[in-house]
Amino acid sequence: MNLLTLTIVLPLLGVLGLAAAPKENTHVIKLIALGSSVITLVSSLLMLTKYKFGVQGFQLVSSHSWFKLFNINYAVGIDGLALVLILLTTVLVPIVVVGGWNEAENGRWSVKTFYMLILVLETFMVGVFAATDVFLFYVIFEAMLVPVYFLIGGYGRGDRAAAALKFLLYSLFGGLLMLAAVIGLFVISIKQGPGSFDVTALSHLKISHNTQDWLFLGFFIAFAIKAPLFPFHTWLPGAAKSATPGTSILVLGVLDKVGTYGMIRFCLALFPEATKTFAPYIIVLSLISIIYGAFLAIGQKDLNSLIAFTSISHFGFIVLGIFAMTSQGLTGATLYMVNHGFSTAALFLVGGWMIERRKSTQVEDFGGLQRITPVMAWSFFIAGMSALALPGLSSFVSEFLVLIGTFTRYPLAAIIGTTGIVLAALYILILVQRTLHGPLQPGNEDTPDLNWREKIALAPVIVALVLLGFYPKPAIHVINPATSQIMAAVQVTDPTPMAGK
Amino acid sequence: MLTTPTLDYNLLAPILIVLGGALLGVLVEGFVGRAYRARIQIIIALLTTAIAFCWVISIHNLISQAAAVDSVSIDGGGLFMQGAVLALAFVALLFFTQDDHFAPQASALPGSEEEAAAVLAGVQMTEIYPLVLFAISGMLLFPVAHDLITLFVALEVLSIPLYIITGLARRRRLLSQEAALKYFLLGAYSSAFFLFGGALVYGFSGSLSLATIRAAAIVPGANHIFLLLGIILMSVGLLFKVGAVPFHSWTPDVYQGAPTAVTGFMAACTKVAAFGAMFRIFIVGFAAVQNDWRPVFVAISIVTMAGGAIAAISQRDVKRTLAYSSITHAGFLMAGIIALSKAGLTSMMFYLVAYGFATIGAFGIVTLVRDSTGEVNDLNRWAGLAKKSPGVATAFALFLLSFGGIPLTAGFIAKFSIFTAAYASGNIAIVVVGVLSSAIALFFYLRVILIMFFKEPTDDTVTVAVPSFLVTSGITICFVITLVLGVYPNLLFNLANTMTTLVP
Repeated sequence: MNLLTLTIVLPLLGVLGLAAAPKENTHVIKLIALGSSVITLVSSLLMLTKYKFGVQGFQLVSSHSWFKLFNINYAVGIDGLALVLILLTTVLVPIVVVGGWNEAENGRWSVKTFYMLILVLETFMVGVFAATDVFLFYVIFEAMLVPVYFLIGGYGRGDRAAAALKFLLYSLFGGLLMLAAVIGLFVISIKQGPGSFDVTALSHLKISHNTQDWLFLGFFIAFAIKAPLFPFHTWLPGAAKSATPGTSILVLGVLDKVGTYGMIRFCLALFPEATKTFAPYIIVLSLISIIYGAFLAIGQKDLNSLIAFTSISHFGFIVLGIFAMTSQGLTGATLYMVNHGFSTAALFLVGGWMIERRKSTQVEDFGGLQRITPVMAWSFFIAGMSALALPGLSSFVSEFLVLIGTFTRYPLAAIIGTTGIVLAALYILILVQRTLHGPLQPGNEDTPDLNWREKIALAPVIVALVLLGFYPKPAIHVINPATSQIMAAVQVTDPTPMAGK
Repeated sequence: MLTTPTLDYNLLAPILIVLGGALLGVLVEGFVGRAYRARIQIIIALLTTAIAFCWVISIHNLISQAAAVDSVSIDGGGLFMQGAVLALAFVALLFFTQDDHFAPQASALPGSEEEAAAVLAGVQMTEIYPLVLFAISGMLLFPVAHDLITLFVALEVLSIPLYIITGLARRRRLLSQEAALKYFLLGAYSSAFFLFGGALVYGFSGSLSLATIRAAAIVPGANHIFLLLGIILMSVGLLFKVGAVPFHSWTPDVYQGAPTAVTGFMAACTKVAAFGAMFRIFIVGFAAVQNDWRPVFVAISIVTMAGGAIAAISQRDVKRTLAYSSITHAGFLMAGIIALSKAGLTSMMFYLVAYGFATIGAFGIVTLVRDSTGEVNDLNRWAGLAKKSPGVATAFALFLLSFGGIPLTAGFIAKFSIFTAAYASGNIAIVVVGVLSSAIALFFYLRVILIMFFKEPTDDTVTVAVPSFLVTSGITICFVITLVLGVYPNLLFNLANTMTTLVP
């Protein structure tokens, strides 16, 4: 079996294993979930041995007919873009399992159901990045919402049912608009030859300008809701507030990346003309996201919604990098997706442990943790620093690339975007100061520091943040061929530098 | 000199078998003791539909125009609809077997002493089964009828038994009888419209046969005024049967009042028969004047999709919610007719089967959720159902997701293919309104799931009845088909694609 397909299927085997396990023995269930997610990680790392670096186009491809009359195939393959996001997924899932070892205990349903949902979600998450058939992508794009719906609604906190419903309705609404666009694309492909959903074949279609605009919007709105971009972001804070830390990591760290990934893979590659038409408007939206998200983050009293709003700001940067349509911007945006995945994971992990210990999500209830729990405090500090893109941590590289890439084409946008960095320093430093420093808040005296399990869960994330910060070259090396291919598809070249004028 | 008409009994057998089963059932009513009646009736009904279904399979690739002197046309399109009606009816009948759906004695007034006595004596209305078989025979004839008189006869044969069994609910009998009366009165009007429309079409073409009507319509320079008037009036009758806006007002009341098992049967099978007939009438008979009726159908389809979805939002009764959802689906299905293409017919066939099984399964589950007085249809009292009975709640959730068109369920493939057909025929407005109505409709499907899964049970009196073997297998069949057709649609879609022949 193709190694990529194997990576997609392995978590499902874990689901079967879980189904056979006894419901009461939660320890065995967690070990099975951990085991199958680690095996999936190994399998995804093995893909690196087969992957030819520096080569354009999809690799490890495999295609089987699925729905013949519409020429729909189970077609998967990876390029640099998909590869890094799949690796992000397979690395984060074991971390979520270890880091949130006890988070399923207080759910509405059993621990077993929780991990079955997580593993089903992992299959979908790997599959969605691997799909090279637009129909297959759409199916997974929609189907993956269902496990998240139950994860938020079944195991979350507070008004979880409403948050889950809002999340699902928003996403499905976007998905349905995309369905209309997918159908439109297919009908056009029938009229110009054998109908197909293959993303490479579709990128060669001749589509009139007006039609491109509409189809582009169908895809883009779906992805903008997912990403989430202002003004489609309103579902996110509720979902992040209610979900367990592990679910939040997967939703913000991976699921939302499907939105930005889709913008690159489909909006740019399939509708180059429309992309150029809409790029200025989208850049305005992304700037609003950067600033607005940052301002809202500064004002948040709830730890989880604070992290959610910082993400809105960061997604603004990613979208900015994508629609600047320069090679630095695109590469930076792709790298940003990975880095944001790790830095959000770190924030939600440590934040989740703090909340678990304090039994409160309010920022004001913490304070002075630096003295009581130095390891936890330092971890949170590093996570925060990566969120504000401190040089030396990975987010700095990507944010820098995005801003440079934007500056060469849209200098004003880059300058406005840079204020986002200042604001980021503000919301993170205020957060750090309130939670870690200052006088010890009553109720925090006996807070235990991180235990071994938690340190093990966090270590790989911190390592990734530092490593990619000092030595991002391997990742950029993987991403670059995909970026230049997309640039060629959109038929844009980097603007010539303005220096010396 | 009178020649006897030649009938091809092999091709008519499915209809005749079901009619024979119905007559046998009538005899059983008359001559078999009360103690055995119910059991024998169930066996006859199930066997009849099963045998007729097998017969349809055995003749599924035959084509004939002259099965019954030009008035019945046997072809792929018609036989697929017949097979679908029989398969759906078989599964729907499994839910009839719970003995407490129907009034013990229809003639006893609600709340009267006679009724109490009948309940005490354990009397059952076993006439249900022959009545259902009569309705099925009408549904088998409707999609293959090739002339206006046969169409009208089939319409009446399928309708009249439904009027009767709508009024036979065991509980809330007044509501049930009111629903039956409404259905009967409105149905009678719509039949009259259909008949009057047929008369006008006859006046235009001088013939009752669809083939001759088409030939008359093609003639250049023909004055189409009577034809168009006739089409309008006939459409009223047909659109009433499928519950399209603005002829839908009976649907929620009747779906709510009828015994729930009957509602499932009616919602699924009537739609198959009516859409099958509609497709034949409009593609074989009226395609020549499509520029005149297609815009009207586009408008009706749009208001039906949107209207059903919007009206469903405020519903609190699970049966009424499903009724409005069925109205929305009628709008989606009309997209298949408007496409007026082979792809439209194929996807409509798939849609009817996918929708039919999900509907029967969903109403089947509604029959199981009860308190001491009977079924509980108030959605708020379904809170926390997943905790009491995770299996039933999961099955219901799957049916709802299929209605909503979530990928990996049959409903998604159905919606995707029918929208593709509509888009390919140039009706992009339908696709846009379709996806928007789907989004609205999703709201109430998801709300039901939310109530079942995420609300704490508030009411301990609601229980899920332990289903009998037949009922369990009915739900299982619907569940498996909904899932399998979603994951591997080739199974049915390829068959539907080969069975799109319509004799001219």
